[in-house]
Amino acid sequence: MSAPTAVLFDVPGPRAKARNTAAGVVTLLVVAALVAVIIWRLAATGQLDARAWEWILYENVQLALLDGLVNTLRAFASGAVLALLLGALLALGRLSDQKWLRSVSTWVVELFRAVPLVVLMFLFYYGMPSIGITVSTYAAVVLGLMLYNGAVLAEVFRAGVLAVPRGQSEAAYALGLRKSGVMRFVLLPQAVRSMLPAIVSQLVVLLKDSALGFLITYPELLFQAQFLGSNATLGSPLIPVAMVVAVIYITLCLLLSALATWLERRTRRNPAVLTVAPTERPDDA
Amino acid sequence: MDVLFGNLSEFLTRFGGTIGLFVLSAIASLILGVVLAAMRVSPVPAMRAVGTGYVTLLRNTPLTLVLFFFALGFTKLFFYLPFFLLAVIGLSLYTAAFVCEVVRGGISTVSAGQAEAARALGLGFTQTLSLIVLPQAVRSVMPPLTSVQIALLKNTTVAAGFSVFEAGGFYRAVNEQGGSTLVALLWVALGFIILVIPLTVLQRRLEKRWSVAR
Repeated sequence: MSAPTAVLFDVPGPRAKARNTAAGVVTLLVVAALVAVIIWRLAATGQLDARAWEWILYENVQLALLDGLVNTLRAFASGAVLALLLGALLALGRLSDQKWLRSVSTWVVELFRAVPLVVLMFLFYYGMPSIGITVSTYAAVVLGLMLYNGAVLAEVFRAGVLAVPRGQSEAAYALGLRKSGVMRFVLLPQAVRSMLPAIVSQLVVLLKDSALGFLITYPELLFQAQFLGSNATLGSPLIPVAMVVAVIYITLCLLLSALATWLERRTRRNPAVLTVAPTERPDDA
Repeated sequence: MDVLFGNLSEFLTRFGGTIGLFVLSAIASLILGVVLAAMRVSPVPAMRAVGTGYVTLLRNTPLTLVLFFFALGFTKLFFYLPFFLLAVIGLSLYTAAFVCEVVRGGISTVSAGQAEAARALGLGFTQTLSLIVLPQAVRSVMPPLTSVQIALLKNTTVAAGFSVFEAGGFYRAVNEQGGSTLVALLWVALGFIILVIPLTVLQRRLEKRWSVAR
């Protein structure tokens, strides 16, 4: 635990130690009771029977889940690349010297941050056909992820560029570089390095949001879980399948989060990288 | 315009549902989030571990998955609850993890001298936290906390995917009567922008008024 935490209480004496141990035991008992209730209910409703887990042996089921995983990763990968590109473009627009470009970019960023991602996806998938444009579920998911996360990433990039000390751009201008050169050779390389942890955290959000594709029947993991879980010939193993899918999703997100934490620690250790105050990114959907 | 005014009562009822869902989940998530934050800075290692585990788990779980469980799994495992309540529980549990992180961040912005002075006066952990540190942390916590709650407001639409009780489900009602889905969804989007704007304005104002140089 970091310094500000330890500052909140004294080094425990004998009585405080006893009290803390008691509180710890109570906490563990409550957690154990919760886990026990869940396991009891799982067992009582037959979710732990061999019959409910038989599906895991079938090749078709395994392939279907693998297919869901591939679809999730596909949407994540294309969404991430497009969002990064859009974010960079919008950030450049917001940092531009042209007033109209600045205000257009600001409006686009504010708009897509205010509209819920689900509504964006619904707009593309259910809305567009009524003016004669059919959008596939995949395209709707990727477009939604791109627009929302692009707008958020634009703010991250912009904050990164603005956090580079002024002396850097002044020195670059003094060397005779033009604005594009200052941006490309001096500001962006430093900004991206310092913002890398924040960017990766936003990619975790994007990965989590790809699960929203479930709501517009994009065949990602959760959709496969519902599909397999409502299959009567398998015994409708909804909860067992959902448990497996949950483990896959959480593992993927944890891996990406771990990458973000590792990057942040590395950034903080490296004196060559300017440390921007780690921005809390609660802009989570 | 026809799409909106032809279905105005429907539209308003659904946005009422959204706001109800938002307010209840906001209150519940704030309470749970502050409790979790207190656990994460407490002198009891088991509490710290439980708090950390909860936050790590929930922050790395898609909200869709959380609501998936509450919408489809909960009734199978436990007992029947109306979906509105299940959605409130799911949204609160999910948002509480983010509230906790924001509050914890706020606690660390209060200068160490404050807590040290409190301890010197003989206050215990609970008193130091609730009487000295948290009231001061509120200032720096308010803007990011509003962001979390704005995200919660937008997240209520995820619940719409599982039910039809609130704003996100408006397009289906319009569609059943042969209206344009696109226009209906655009109205929903506009409705959310209108709901988000006052919160953003409030956030900016709080930020300006309460930001203090420490």
